[in-house]
Amino acid sequence: MTSSTSAVGTAAPRLRLGGDDGWRYAPAPESTDHVELRDRYGLFIDGEFTDAADGRTFETANPATEKKIADVALASDVDVDAAVAAARRAYDEVWSKLAPQERGKYVYRIARVLQERSRELAITESLDGGKPIRESRDVDIPLAAAHFFYYAGWADKVDYAFPGRGARPLGVAGQVIPWNFPLLMAAWKIAPALAAGNTVVLKPAETTPLTALKLAEIIRDAGVPPGVVNIVTGAGETGASVVQHDDVDKVAFTGSTEVGKLIRRALAGSGKHYTLELGGKAANLVFEDAAVDQAVEGIVNGIFFNQGHVCCAGSRLLVQESVADEVISKLKDRMETLIVGDPLDKNTDIGAINSRAQLDRIEEYLEIGEEEGAVPFRTSCPVPERGYWCRPTLFLRASQSHRVVQEEIFGPVLAVQTFRTVDEGIAMANNTPYGLSGGVWSDKGAKAFRVTSRIRAGVLWANTYNKFDPTAPFGGYKESGIGREGGLSGLHAYLQPEEAA
Amino acid sequence: MATGLGSFTVTCQCRTVSTGGRRAQASGAGRHGLERIESCRRGGQTAESEHAGQGTTLSESRAVAAAKRLPVLKTHKVYVDGKFPRSESGRFDRALAPDGTPLANVCRCSRKDVRDAVTAARAAQAGWAARTAYNRGQILYRIAEMLEGRSAQFEALLAAGNATPDEAAAEVQAATDRLVHYAGWTDKYGQVFSSVNPVASSHFNFSILEPTGVVGVLAPESPLLGLVSATAPAIAGGNTTVVLVTGSQPLPAVTFGEVLNSSDVPGGVVNILTGRREEMLAPLAAHRDVDALVLCTADPDVARSAEIEAVHNLKRVAVRPHEDWTNVQSPYEIADLQEVKTTWHPIGS
Repeated sequence: MTSSTSAVGTAAPRLRLGGDDGWRYAPAPESTDHVELRDRYGLFIDGEFTDAADGRTFETANPATEKKIADVALASDVDVDAAVAAARRAYDEVWSKLAPQERGKYVYRIARVLQERSRELAITESLDGGKPIRESRDVDIPLAAAHFFYYAGWADKVDYAFPGRGARPLGVAGQVIPWNFPLLMAAWKIAPALAAGNTVVLKPAETTPLTALKLAEIIRDAGVPPGVVNIVTGAGETGASVVQHDDVDKVAFTGSTEVGKLIRRALAGSGKHYTLELGGKAANLVFEDAAVDQAVEGIVNGIFFNQGHVCCAGSRLLVQESVADEVISKLKDRMETLIVGDPLDKNTDIGAINSRAQLDRIEEYLEIGEEEGAVPFRTSCPVPERGYWCRPTLFLRASQSHRVVQEEIFGPVLAVQTFRTVDEGIAMANNTPYGLSGGVWSDKGAKAFRVTSRIRAGVLWANTYNKFDPTAPFGGYKESGIGREGGLSGLHAYLQPEEAA
Repeated sequence: MATGLGSFTVTCQCRTVSTGGRRAQASGAGRHGLERIESCRRGGQTAESEHAGQGTTLSESRAVAAAKRLPVLKTHKVYVDGKFPRSESGRFDRALAPDGTPLANVCRCSRKDVRDAVTAARAAQAGWAARTAYNRGQILYRIAEMLEGRSAQFEALLAAGNATPDEAAAEVQAATDRLVHYAGWTDKYGQVFSSVNPVASSHFNFSILEPTGVVGVLAPESPLLGLVSATAPAIAGGNTTVVLVTGSQPLPAVTFGEVLNSSDVPGGVVNILTGRREEMLAPLAAHRDVDALVLCTADPDVARSAEIEAVHNLKRVAVRPHEDWTNVQSPYEIADLQEVKTTWHPIGS
């Protein structure tokens, strides 16, 4: 271990980390020698790893170095057909006939092996997706394991899911997940589906397929019957053929609102079940009676966690006017301490932007924000020469009509607005077509309860932010999605209640 | 037994319409047709009363006719924002008995009427959702009380449709009991479906249901029980509604608006429009200020096209294809029109 947090030099009036004139952390890179990565990865269909039928592949790269990690099979319609057929067979012949507790025990096994291989998975996640190792190690992987563990226990208890009703599984689930929490999203999708008795065809994101394929190894090694989980890699076309497949009974999608609407349209009239976990533009409201230092930590966590690649990110800061100067000043100081760089370094706060395409998109918004008249503030930290990086950014004096206030940027960019009264703050928070999440900072309990109850969003954090748990339902109001994942609601999404007698 | 306003309306309007002339399709012709009918009515009696009476029995009306007194006819208007306006379009359609006999004229609402009704529903939603569950329950129970008191009128309306007297009586009773059922759920579904979540960190974490918001309802053919079964769970859960009545028997729905209006239901919580599905459903399904749809139809094409319109703002869509609504009651009908909200509060000092 080379972990070190020793400070060099004397403290400057304004704290700077990583700069020449202030404190500097010695590098503390996580060793990768424990991780085995292959040059080539196949599709996981019917319990076997296989090349795409037409032999096509795509590259997955490390966004921190822009270097290729591996070639990955690119699934076409033919491969998706094979995966769905395998899932159907497994559902009909094996999984639906298994005693529920045995089904649960398989899911428990997955949870346990995830924990055993957590270090390897965390490093792989950071290599493939660019997220700081501290986050993949402390958040993504443990939560993924916890998710499997939680839902495993539901397998033999689904009769208690719907009061007054029995329940049955839906059949084959077609699932498409994004690149921001690759393994965690796979867990959110697969765990409840399997526990409820469904089988699965999962399509990971094209920039981050590796942990899902390692999960496939784990599922195989856990002895899960072939075909119960199938993983097909590829880009949007592969995803489209999964969600539109005639023999899929349930579609689960996490991604952009734009794509979510396309999927919803394709599903119209089909009678298929669906859950959509889509975009957000959450307000993080700081009231004058908030504990300011805690609030500043919460703002930083809210928007800079995972480079801001978080659908529930607190990407709109709403500060009560009377404390705005103090909050923004402290926020700028705190932002100056954030370290942007090597995702594998345990000191890193903000890792690499996931892809060139996403960086381009963020930079376009940085231009738009300035053009529209918001005042940018960017920290002065150095960034590596190679790779995709974005320094933490504020847009001060943003107004409601600005695109940086209205649209999801999915990067470390925070739009800042002020309000005077509680009602005005709530109205501003709700002035968006999204409704995924929100944050409230106030030391007055009654006010915090009132504000959280009036924000039209599916997840509200009072005096905290970006907390997740397998027992806590997560999902959006309005155009942020339909349905919930996590908790009993997340189990409902994979069950059909039986009709009343 | 009262046969209600139906019988007499039939007699008069049959005559009016037959002399009034042509079947109106285009809106201009419709206005013309409506105008004729109204001037006819005004010739005998002003028909502007917001609450038409309980109607006149057939024997009574004969007696009255013999005494040369014209009975008061009812204008079947729509119910929006707690008021009884006509369609802004001025158009009408005819409600017909199964044998084709005209029963009455009803408003043929336009997409503008749909938008106005959505505005009313949105304006009422926050206030209705802020009512206590106890209060909403009492108001739903009050609707049942008012419906019970008007049983005879509804039985007559249903009998003028295609129900036998026994069937009509059974349907009114079932609709009344359904309201009592949902009145009892208002302060209980939250207890059944909410949870305190045992998260693995020091937080008090709970998930509760909140109303989805404004719910558009395509009412089923079932003229009273279906209407009540589709609407009551929405309002029990704090939503407000815009109900499109497009079936062959719109008169019970119009009269149900009067029941709502005398039941302490705030204006705008239930808005009832009559007219044609092909004119009203698409604007409602596409409306960005509507949060959910309840589509009571067994026609997959109707459901599909409404679902596609609903994609604009990702409305929640519940399809209810039932023909027989006898057993369609459960807290899941309420839960389908709710959002789950999870809230995290730290536990600490």
